[in-house]
Amino acid sequence: MKAPEFSYVKPGSLAEVFDLLDRHGDRARVLAGGQSLLASLNLRLSEPELLVDITGVPGLGGIAVSGQTVRIGALTTHRQIENSAEIAQHLPLLAQAVRNVAHVAIRNLGTFGGSIALADPAAEYPACAIALDATFVLARRGAERRVKAREFFRGLYETALQPGELLTAGEFPLAGAGYRSVFLELARRHGDYAIVGLAAHARVAGGRISDARLAFLGAGSTPVLAVRAAAALEGRQPDAQAIAAAQATLAEELEMPADLCSSRATKLHLARVLLGRALGALGA
Amino acid sequence: MDKTLLTTLTVNGRTVTRRIPARQHLSDFLRDELGLTGAHTGCEHGVCGACTVRVDGMTVRGCLMLAVQANGRRVDTIEGLSDSGEIADLQGAFHRHNALQCGFCTPGMLMSAQELLSSRPDATRDEIRTHMAGNYCRCTGYQAIIDALEEVLASRRGGRK
Amino acid sequence: MNARAELPLHAPGTAIDKGYIGQSIPRPNAKRLLQGRGTYVDDLRFPQLAHVVFFRSPYAHARLKRLDLSKAAAQPGVIAAFDGRAVAEYCKPWVAVLGHLKGIKSPPQFAIAIDRACCQGEAMAAIVAESRAQGEDALQQVEAEWEELPVVCDMEESLAGKYVIHPELGDNICFKREFSTDAVDEAFAKADLVAEETYAFGRHTGVTLEGRSILADYNAADHTLTVYQSTQAPHMMQDIFSRHLDIPEANVRVICKDVGGSFGIKVHVYPDEMATAAISVMLRRPVKFVADRLESFLTDIHAREHKARVRIACTKEGEILAFDLWDLTAIGPYSVYPRTSGIEGNQVVNLTGGPYKHKQYRAQMHVVFTNKNVSCQYRGVGHPIAVAITEGIVDLAAEKLGIDPAEFRRRNLIPEDAYPYSFPSGLKFEKLSHHQSLDKLLALMDYAKLRTEQAALRQRGVYRGIGLAAMIEVTNPSPAFYGVGGARISAQDGATLRLDPSGMVTCLSSVTEQGQGAEGVFAQIAASAVGVTIDKIRVITGDTGVTPYGGGTWASRGAGIGGEAVLQAGRALRSNILDVAAHILGANRTELDIVGNEVVNRLTLESKLTLAELGRVAYFRPDTLPLKFQSELTVTRHYTPRDYGFAFTNGIQACLVEVDAETGFVKLLKHWCVEDCGTVINPMLVDEQIRGGIVQGIGAALYEECLYSAEGQMMNGSMVDYLVPLSAEMPDIVVAHVETPTRQSDLGAKGAGEAGTAGAPAAVMNAINDALRPFKARVTAQPFTPQRILEALGKI
Repeated sequence: MKAPEFSYVKPGSLAEVFDLLDRHGDRARVLAGGQSLLASLNLRLSEPELLVDITGVPGLGGIAVSGQTVRIGALTTHRQIENSAEIAQHLPLLAQAVRNVAHVAIRNLGTFGGSIALADPAAEYPACAIALDATFVLARRGAERRVKAREFFRGLYETALQPGELLTAGEFPLAGAGYRSVFLELARRHGDYAIVGLAAHARVAGGRISDARLAFLGAGSTPVLAVRAAAALEGRQPDAQAIAAAQATLAEELEMPADLCSSRATKLHLARVLLGRALGALGA
Repeated sequence: MDKTLLTTLTVNGRTVTRRIPARQHLSDFLRDELGLTGAHTGCEHGVCGACTVRVDGMTVRGCLMLAVQANGRRVDTIEGLSDSGEIADLQGAFHRHNALQCGFCTPGMLMSAQELLSSRPDATRDEIRTHMAGNYCRCTGYQAIIDALEEVLASRRGGRK
Repeated sequence: MNARAELPLHAPGTAIDKGYIGQSIPRPNAKRLLQGRGTYVDDLRFPQLAHVVFFRSPYAHARLKRLDLSKAAAQPGVIAAFDGRAVAEYCKPWVAVLGHLKGIKSPPQFAIAIDRACCQGEAMAAIVAESRAQGEDALQQVEAEWEELPVVCDMEESLAGKYVIHPELGDNICFKREFSTDAVDEAFAKADLVAEETYAFGRHTGVTLEGRSILADYNAADHTLTVYQSTQAPHMMQDIFSRHLDIPEANVRVICKDVGGSFGIKVHVYPDEMATAAISVMLRRPVKFVADRLESFLTDIHAREHKARVRIACTKEGEILAFDLWDLTAIGPYSVYPRTSGIEGNQVVNLTGGPYKHKQYRAQMHVVFTNKNVSCQYRGVGHPIAVAITEGIVDLAAEKLGIDPAEFRRRNLIPEDAYPYSFPSGLKFEKLSHHQSLDKLLALMDYAKLRTEQAALRQRGVYRGIGLAAMIEVTNPSPAFYGVGGARISAQDGATLRLDPSGMVTCLSSVTEQGQGAEGVFAQIAASAVGVTIDKIRVITGDTGVTPYGGGTWASRGAGIGGEAVLQAGRALRSNILDVAAHILGANRTELDIVGNEVVNRLTLESKLTLAELGRVAYFRPDTLPLKFQSELTVTRHYTPRDYGFAFTNGIQACLVEVDAETGFVKLLKHWCVEDCGTVINPMLVDEQIRGGIVQGIGAALYEECLYSAEGQMMNGSMVDYLVPLSAEMPDIVVAHVETPTRQSDLGAKGAGEAGTAGAPAAVMNAINDALRPFKARVTAQPFTPQRILEALGKI
């Protein structure tokens, strides 16, 4: 399974990157960690003319806490996120989630930005970003804009990124007082793409849940924020009735397309189970 | 735009300069160009781990890295780790436990194992199993590998190597 | 209690010394593999080496109306492009039938298909290029027009035959077998309990980590062909290359370098490999083909797609009276050469009910063609099916009668004093140890304690299950397996032992090594038999130009058959060495022995002469030996198992699981196996074979299935979607042994390579069903995915 021929360039600045993307359009692909792109090239699923390696561009890495925001540079690897004390302290949801991303050798090279930009429906970070109400920084030549995670994921492998734009960072608000996170996913084997997963982040005060953000992955062509389930829980203790009420909303809200081994009914059932367990963990 | 690039990298401590096709992955470059056939090709989509090598001290899938991306970087293969003696204790433990049968997964398995030993010296048996889950073995059923790693972890913790 | 085999390795009267037999010695040939310094076929470098890639049918069944290779042939780096007709001029087609499978039929198969593709992935053209990458580039320039034909994918539809894939054959039945003892209906009529269940098994495949690999090197000057192949049976392939490429047998040499896993996948004839060899002849240069992972999933043999309906008749005391089996299995569009795709189904008929002493048995089995990939022998062959359906229905019967599953088995296992035993399907057992093995297993796992824990945990909503699986296994096959059917597959093997001048011993064996430790085991036997230390032995396997003629590796025969040949050769060499020593020392040879690389006084063990010195004299100074005496320090012996068609082994496995009743996920807590494979030469290697085999069986039970669309397209042919067992989910496995040596050989070793795979799916299934017992739910279709478990629980 040998990749088709292509050219390769490794620019040293964002300006050069934008130049190349503008000039080559969709015949060029951005290469960061390459853990998804290079596999697809080996499988001849795509045939770009040019790979633009952005790992040499300064300023795209790093995890920084400033003010009320944790900024994760696009080139931050999964392994760096996994080993980061800042993430563990300020974004425990991500710290839990990253342990499910493939295996160490993949995490050593794969990047945060690459995962977000690819937007695989079963990926962990998109759902976490939605649950944590993150914002993505999209840069183009001479301009930068911010798009909320909740508006970024548009469809299957489809995001708000426009031609010529590069995702440069994710900005995560620090959790307020009393917020807890639980990340759960179900996969047949550790490290596999999940059948279904849930990034749950909510305020728990006096045993009651509020502002629950319940983002499901593997639930449709994009992560799904289960707002009806959150509404059903608002202000309630996560007891059996509240959980059941929340679970009952999922059938409407989650598309849950079948996959090779799991029907829609199975996936919905598993989503309900995960919700129950996440709520149990949040309330514990 | 170049389809081949003049690339300089360090492989097992030796500097190597070659003009490399952009599309050639690191594993094929090591095997076909440098004759370092210890890294094996098992799937070419990053799942099986047979191609695992070390780049700048981290394990990577040789099939998911372009050789030109290794420009300026330090690559260690199983041959290098063997000749330097870095994993002699690990290889000895694998041998004694028969933690290999056909040997095809073994170089990648040893690479991943050495990374675990270096980064998690207190790993529990379950943590060993989780870490090594990125390397497919069809022959052993894994238990002997886990046993060998537990033994080496304990031995390294005890200061003996 | 069986006495451990006393191995008379030395002449009667000398001290019995088992030498290295029974010791867990690390394998000498593992060292190079640990350093990445093995040599697999893809590691070889040859001048002028060309690479072949194949244009493969994207359709499961289609006529190739037009094929134009001209653009592809003109691509950079391309040396040649061939279609099926071109290759057929150099490579004769084959038909995979054997005389002892009555009525088996199959159409001819060509190295490259001509005009019609009968399964997705079938090779329709070959592109030869200077590199694999260039070959793949050129493939995209092949022009083809297809006319799709009806696709038969469903096994029952195939059996019904509304559409016949090969009209000239009349129907889609490759092979069928019916068998009945004479009082089956009476047994069912008088039974207190009749239980029935239907089991389904998903087709799956071997997923060897090293893909199929072949490098064929034809020398036009000599009309010789040397093939470096990742195969288990080099002599078989030598014969096949010779006959199909029309090259005299001794002009074909097949060499096996290191093989990266095989498990039966690499003991079959693959059209793309035959094409590679033919192309080497056509181009007069070395040509290599290595199946990449996508090709492997599509074209490596698949196996074990079965649907089996079983009935069991029992008395209310739990005595099994009869089994009744209806089995249907779907293969691809051809029976696979040369062993045929009828054997797996045939084994299911032979082995169902295997451990038990019922007298009545009826079976009806059909093997049908489909347009999915071809199917053939894979580790364990029919055992995983036969053991699962037997042990599944036995557990069901035990449950209905309210008898503990272990006790139910105890009442029905063939007793230890019943041997030799004739089984209803015609098998003959020399001697098995079912009850000893059961006792040992129950003690090893502390069965009673596990049951107590299970009950307590159920109260807390934690659902654990214990599953047992008793089994028999075919090993050390005689010519009854293939030879009698006309196959040029050798059931005998040979070993040549040579004392080298420096006192080392070289051992050449016709059995082959794929990592199971054949070479290590032979070194242990040879060293023990000759009287040298193990570091003096070098073993060479896998070279038809060098080793004796033999069968290679399959059906768990390496240690038992190959090992016996090594033992006999070792004894004979020892004797010949002593002849020389007697002359050198002017002593009576009955006073001498060989111990630790030296000729010694047999009684005092005083060293008289080193083997190095003896070698020096025999090879360089024979002028000092008596005039009429000739040293013969190279000895060859062969061995064929003759008394029994197969040396049956027995074993019993247990699996402990915890089922999450909300998600349907199964956690494997632990696994046990007690195995009786006769004399155990290297316990560590045998145990590791069993562990690896069990995990492979677990793969089938929980994870692995080749999923096909209704159009015959494989939908999960990558490592992402086809799930193989990885370390995080696998349990620790406890292995123990009973040893009942076979008397067919001096070594007494039976085989052990497939036992793990044979019994594990049954043990896992029974464990899951035991866990689900409080819910009155059962699963019967493998793999036992979370969805299937949830459906059984009524949650979906």
